[in-house]
Amino acid sequence: MSQPEIFTDARMRKRMRADKRFKFYGFAAIALALAFLVFFFVDIIGKGLPAFQQAEIQVEVHYSDATMNNYNNGVDRQYKSLVSKTWLRHIPNQMRDHPELMGQNRVEWVLAENRVDQFLKGHEGHRLKEKYQKLINQMQEDGTVRLVFNSGFFTKGDSKLPENAGILASAIGSIFVLLLTMLFAVPIGVMTAIYLEEFAPDNRLTQIIEVNINNLAAIPSILYGLLGLAIFINFMGVPRSSALVGGLTLALMTLPVIIIATRAALRAVPDSIREAAYGLGASKLQVTWHHVLPLAMPGILTGSIIGLAQAMGETAPLLIVGMMAYIPEAPDSIFEATTVLPAQIYTWSSESLRAFEERTAAGIMILLAVLLTLNAVAVKFRNRSENTW
Amino acid sequence: MKRIILSAAALLVAANVAQASEQIHIVGSSTVYPFSSYVAEELGATTKFKTPIVESTGSGGGMKLFCAGNGMDTPDITNASRRMKDKEYATCQKNGVKYITEVVVGYDGIALAQSKDAAPMNLTRKQILLAVAAEVPNKEGTALVANPYHFWDEIDASLPHRKITFYGPPTSSGTRDAFEDLTMKAVAKHMDVYTNLYKADKKANKKYKKFHEIRQDGVYVPSGENDNLIVQKLTKDTEALGIFGYSYLAENADRIAAATVAGIAPSPTAVQDGSYKLSRSLYFYIKKSHMDKVPGMKEYINLFTSEQMIGDGGACTEIGLIALPEAMRAQYRAQAANLTNMKPEDLKKK
Repeated sequence: MSQPEIFTDARMRKRMRADKRFKFYGFAAIALALAFLVFFFVDIIGKGLPAFQQAEIQVEVHYSDATMNNYNNGVDRQYKSLVSKTWLRHIPNQMRDHPELMGQNRVEWVLAENRVDQFLKGHEGHRLKEKYQKLINQMQEDGTVRLVFNSGFFTKGDSKLPENAGILASAIGSIFVLLLTMLFAVPIGVMTAIYLEEFAPDNRLTQIIEVNINNLAAIPSILYGLLGLAIFINFMGVPRSSALVGGLTLALMTLPVIIIATRAALRAVPDSIREAAYGLGASKLQVTWHHVLPLAMPGILTGSIIGLAQAMGETAPLLIVGMMAYIPEAPDSIFEATTVLPAQIYTWSSESLRAFEERTAAGIMILLAVLLTLNAVAVKFRNRSENTW
Repeated sequence: MKRIILSAAALLVAANVAQASEQIHIVGSSTVYPFSSYVAEELGATTKFKTPIVESTGSGGGMKLFCAGNGMDTPDITNASRRMKDKEYATCQKNGVKYITEVVVGYDGIALAQSKDAAPMNLTRKQILLAVAAEVPNKEGTALVANPYHFWDEIDASLPHRKITFYGPPTSSGTRDAFEDLTMKAVAKHMDVYTNLYKADKKANKKYKKFHEIRQDGVYVPSGENDNLIVQKLTKDTEALGIFGYSYLAENADRIAAATVAGIAPSPTAVQDGSYKLSRSLYFYIKKSHMDKVPGMKEYINLFTSEQMIGDGGACTEIGLIALPEAMRAQYRAQAANLTNMKPEDLKKK
């Protein structure tokens, strides 16, 4: 059987080939984007996973007067360079807290120095001296070296020594800052949107405001940092590096996103609902508060969460208001200096010690996990809001 | 919604009650930052004082904040990878920051490094100038032309036929300033072909007094403030040279090696005795009016100047600081302990 003429026509075949090519371009674009993503994840996870393990060594610890005076006497000389300084220097404090330790020699598992850690994980550039490499190999045979889960990474703040560095302080800082951002940006953003959408007359002024809000959403974020520095620190006297100034600055940045999302959500509520409410004699406040807002809520929440997720990953404006600093302790109040997760990752990435490389990647993994969770929540709200009127 | 607003108000009130407690606030150079924050951490871990906050703002940015006034919201200490300038001292005086103590903590070496796989390289400072300057003398040495060099053997026949590429810090960086000062300015100010132009017209040709303009035709690649990135680039591009702090060279000795400058490789001893020319002193400045208002200041200063930190084999030298000679350490330790006032004439003499 011969093909119908239309499929064998040369022009038709050409068109069908073009069709296939077009489809292929789209597919290639997606494949390329996916390849980048996979590469990024493999790279980050491959680098970051070792950070969740930490080397420990078993040594005899001397709780004595000599140790009290100089913490370097806490362990035998040959092990001194293998034990983390951060662990050694806290012995005197511990002896003060537990006087009964005085005079005892105890065999304990203690935090190992970062070079030992890197050597055990087989990383190149560990810079452990040869004689210590031999000692560690020997200790490995004796079973006095081990890799354990790095709980310190989640329970400690920043440190200049990688084995002691953790994300707790910056994570708490991020929560503080994000809560403040939410408190400032969501009510103001939602009220602005309600006013513009439900009350404002359609005139020149509101049009100008609308255009400006759309423009603000596209401004480079570092400008908000400069704005925050000028208004909040220099003019209003908010303490530099504090969670308050960070939250306020990020709130400024998030406002346009929230306003735009809220307006879209309000606009999606059909007028028939408003008219029905008016028809029953409801006032403007009642219509908005009882009917429009609850129906628009999922959309508003989605927009807010995406805005906040963006704020959570932001570093540039925070650099300007002084949050990119060495601040190892979690803040007790919003006026105290604090740092945030992305800032912490940034500081680690520029450290010269090689062991920070894996901490940086691990920090990125944590941040990505939090952002993915936030976005997943946003998607869930969006799905719930898919009402048909 | 009501609940959110209420809890916001409650949080703000609660926060107001808990006033910010006093802790040392340090700003300044990103080069001094690792050492300064190490000392801060040690102070926080071994004493009852709160860990000082150390912010890396760059030397110039730090001076600006430090000299802004005596208020408790201004920094107590600023770190610098260069000396305070006359102008900055004057600003300090004008804003009431009258008494300042200057302390030198050590040296920082600037390394010119390349991939470990590349053949060893030895350069003089003049050769470096000719490789990176935007304008260089022509063949006869009579006038300046836009830099024509793209291979090292074009500059000097004794050098290998290798492409000239530099990965270095961007203009905002203190390391870049230091690199320009120590190689370009130091050589160009003695070269008549530059200085004659300045003498001919001091206003219009001011930049030729100490010429330090880096070429922008892609040979010098500004690679961001993050020195780790430059190290990574060097491992990929074996022809290139990188410019960064000595501590990154030491930490990455398995992948990169230093180029020697006038036959000398960067090392703590070569920097200490002055034979390696690409090095500078690191400073910090103390605001004396805050001494008795901020708890822990004295202890921080004593700790930073102690042998345990900045002596040979001290904790800071392990993370890349190059120690001062012993006599100078003692001198600055005494200066810090006595809080000797800085005098304006100190800054004049070079």
